[in-house]
Amino acid sequence: MTGAIVGDFAKWLGSTSLSHAIQTAGWIIPALQTIHILGIAVLFFSAVIVDLRLWGVLERDVALRNVARRFLPVIWPTVLVLLLTGSFLIIGEPRRSLLNSAFYLKMALLAFALVLTVILQWSLSAVPEFWEKDRGRRIAGRFAATLSILAWCSIIFAGRWIAYTQVG
Amino acid sequence: MQGFSDLVAFFEDSSLADAIRENDVLFPSIESVHVLAICLVVGSIMAVDLRLLGIASVKRPVSAITRGILPLTWGAFVVAAASGFLMFISNATKYLGNDYFVAKLCLIAAAGLNMLVFHFISAGNQPRWDAQARLPISARLAGGISMLLWIAVVACGRWIGFTMEAG
Repeated sequence: MTGAIVGDFAKWLGSTSLSHAIQTAGWIIPALQTIHILGIAVLFFSAVIVDLRLWGVLERDVALRNVARRFLPVIWPTVLVLLLTGSFLIIGEPRRSLLNSAFYLKMALLAFALVLTVILQWSLSAVPEFWEKDRGRRIAGRFAATLSILAWCSIIFAGRWIAYTQVG
Repeated sequence: MQGFSDLVAFFEDSSLADAIRENDVLFPSIESVHVLAICLVVGSIMAVDLRLLGIASVKRPVSAITRGILPLTWGAFVVAAASGFLMFISNATKYLGNDYFVAKLCLIAAAGLNMLVFHFISAGNQPRWDAQARLPISARLAGGISMLLWIAVVACGRWIGFTMEAG
């Protein structure tokens, strides 16, 4: 039922003139993908450096809050760029992602990773020592950091897998 | 050149290359690891470049940033190179005939050269400007060039995927 609606929507989207324009000019899709990957690079690194600071691996001479304040805010405008380039990629090849479970897995993981980022950002701006108050908090912080790293890695995997699991 | 093409043939004909070619899951997995590693390499280098350009993290000395970040960059670079090599040997002859592949390797070499030149030119007087927000022109230039080169590396990487014939 929903599959048919999504299928119809993908078909309609693929017939729009914008979709045709993206398909016909051969350079647009690789160019969009290049910007998309550069965005992922910025976002992934920013998230990972805060996660590694939570683990106490990198930037130990700087307070966790300062590392978070330097890198986490970068994530939001970058997400905007990713959503924008991602949307144009979908418009160009709707069936490639809209009829693809790897794409929905990626979006679910993205939602999870972003919620985690919001939690980290809010907790650290409200209470600078939030993740360092005691042993339990430090372990919780490392757990959150591990989840974050795993989520972003899975997002990159799922993203690349979209290319290999598309139907027809 | 005979030695080089023998070497390429040796890798391309290996059972490892054969496995990567034939297995449906192996190539996309290696490619995903490659993208992941490249994202860390490029993301971390950009953080350093933005510092050199005086755009980000200007309150922190350059040496503190490179000390903290570059180990991650090098670790990720090793993974990117290893996964890239595995993809390369699965179809070595075709990759070598692909202009974007050759360009990508040259751009990475240029980025390495840029880093070395900057390192050796600036190593002597880095203590003088290390903590400054606005760095000497040689440092800003190195940061800008590095950024452009790595953007081009990513673009070439993506274009390889669109210009390699399937199979």
